[in-house]
Amino acid sequence: MGKLSKQDVKHVAKLAKLKITESEISKFSRQLSEIITYVEELNQADTSNIEPTSQTTGLENVTRKDEITSEEILTQEEALSGAKKDHNGYFVVDAVLTQKDE
Amino acid sequence: MEIPLTIQETKKGLLEKKFTVVQLVDAYLSRIEKFDKELNSFLILSDELAYSQAKQADKLIEDFGKEAFEKHPLLGVVVAHKDLFLTKGIRTTAASKVLENYVPAYSATVVKRIEKAGAITIGKTNCDAWAHGASGENSDFGPTKNPWNKDYVPGGSSSGSAVSVASQFSLISTGTDTGGSIRQPANFCGVVGFKPTYGVVPRYGIVAMASSLDAVGHFGMSVEDVEQVFKITKGIDKKDSTVADGKEIKIKDKFKIGIPKEYFIKGLDSEVEKSVREAIKIFEKEGIELVDVSLPHTKYAISVYYIVQPAEVSSNLGRYDGVRYGNRRETFGDEAKRRIMLGTYVLSAGYYDAYYLKAQKVRSRIIEDFKKVFEEVDIILAPVSPTPAFKLGEKAQDPLQMYLADVLTVAANIAGIPAISIPSGFTKKGLPLGFQLMGPRFSEQKLFEIGKKYQKAVKWSPKVAFQ
Repeated sequence: MGKLSKQDVKHVAKLAKLKITESEISKFSRQLSEIITYVEELNQADTSNIEPTSQTTGLENVTRKDEITSEEILTQEEALSGAKKDHNGYFVVDAVLTQKDE
Repeated sequence: MEIPLTIQETKKGLLEKKFTVVQLVDAYLSRIEKFDKELNSFLILSDELAYSQAKQADKLIEDFGKEAFEKHPLLGVVVAHKDLFLTKGIRTTAASKVLENYVPAYSATVVKRIEKAGAITIGKTNCDAWAHGASGENSDFGPTKNPWNKDYVPGGSSSGSAVSVASQFSLISTGTDTGGSIRQPANFCGVVGFKPTYGVVPRYGIVAMASSLDAVGHFGMSVEDVEQVFKITKGIDKKDSTVADGKEIKIKDKFKIGIPKEYFIKGLDSEVEKSVREAIKIFEKEGIELVDVSLPHTKYAISVYYIVQPAEVSSNLGRYDGVRYGNRRETFGDEAKRRIMLGTYVLSAGYYDAYYLKAQKVRSRIIEDFKKVFEEVDIILAPVSPTPAFKLGEKAQDPLQMYLADVLTVAANIAGIPAISIPSGFTKKGLPLGFQLMGPRFSEQKLFEIGKKYQKAVKWSPKVAFQ
């Protein structure tokens, strides 16, 4: 551990849907390895008999009534206001499936 | 006209008709126009909105006089919002090219609350893109400069907000503090910066960085001003289910301040240390009992932070797909890419237990440390940053060095406790110095009382970076 190979960087970039260039791969591999090596100092900390903390409020299962007021919703127009392309009240997205050559 | 330095002075001047709110807006805008080309603290100005709000405020004062301020405690107070805060109809970018054309359809809860209290929105401030950074240099729209010396960074990530108050471009400003992003720039710019208990101020409508650490706070010229703004921003919001309504911890007549030895680390700048020790002496003279305390897991705070935070960043930035709004993921800058990949890595199969789970466990140890110390003392006093403001470019090429700039601020976020940074003087070169107070959860009132005590004892008066 402690080292992110170029292969690792390519892999996490793919998982995170980031496109990165060859020169970025070498740069990030070096920089991320340095950071990961640093944070491995945590191995020296004793964590026996302790629960992990994911949040500090202590709140649990906060719910509200399932009521809709005009104040809580965006109009269709508002919801689409940031979209580059829309059609009949829908977001227009690129096709995610490619056609298979016959 | 002379621009007032505090909320109280603003109110007084308006009631005595020394100036109108419209004239105040004129004065702030003319300073911004004159000086901000070089400082780059604003990404967009909302002058049209500001003038319409100012006219309304002037009318309220005209019609109701003093009473107008009872209903609107921030009447005529000019505010700048960090560009992470959504502002309906005003472009909000998080200082990232991903959102360079994004105009929100709604405002953040805090923006609404501050507006409702009568404040005037003057514009949106620059910051490190997505709040990732400790210098302001990670903005996709160019770095912000320190108003005390333009060769130096203003700190980050809430760089523009700190500069705005220090330069008298606004009376107050908002910010977010995930690992020190309010306290550190406040410290570098010579203003008061406040980070509340996690969950006391709603995060709704603010671009999320790391959701278990993000705290919504603000900047002002004095502790008293910061306290007044907190009264407006805090409290339950049905749109943010993490808002906790804790019982406020009131201050006792006699209290103890803890000095944690782990915060006086090797590498702590001598001028920083001297100034903090002087502040300690002030409290001593005031008859306050000082106690040496120990927070042994402090040394692990930065490592916990740089696992938990990027993990949450990678999840929060997953939503930017360029479909519903914003540009595609190619437009993320280097720092965002680094954190997304780092977070994805520590959460990925085979590494989760070794990094993420381990960090969450050490996080519990850090919380335990604070709990133990707060059984003995009321608050903790410590330096904010190991050094005064550093030079532009000094750490820009070395991400790890930049991360280490947060070493003294991240623990408060990890534990979810409130903290405030207060100016205490200047270096020989004329760069601001300061210290921070940290208290148990929901002890904001204690921090304010003790902070005000300090400012009173040193007869502190607000200082603007330049005339």
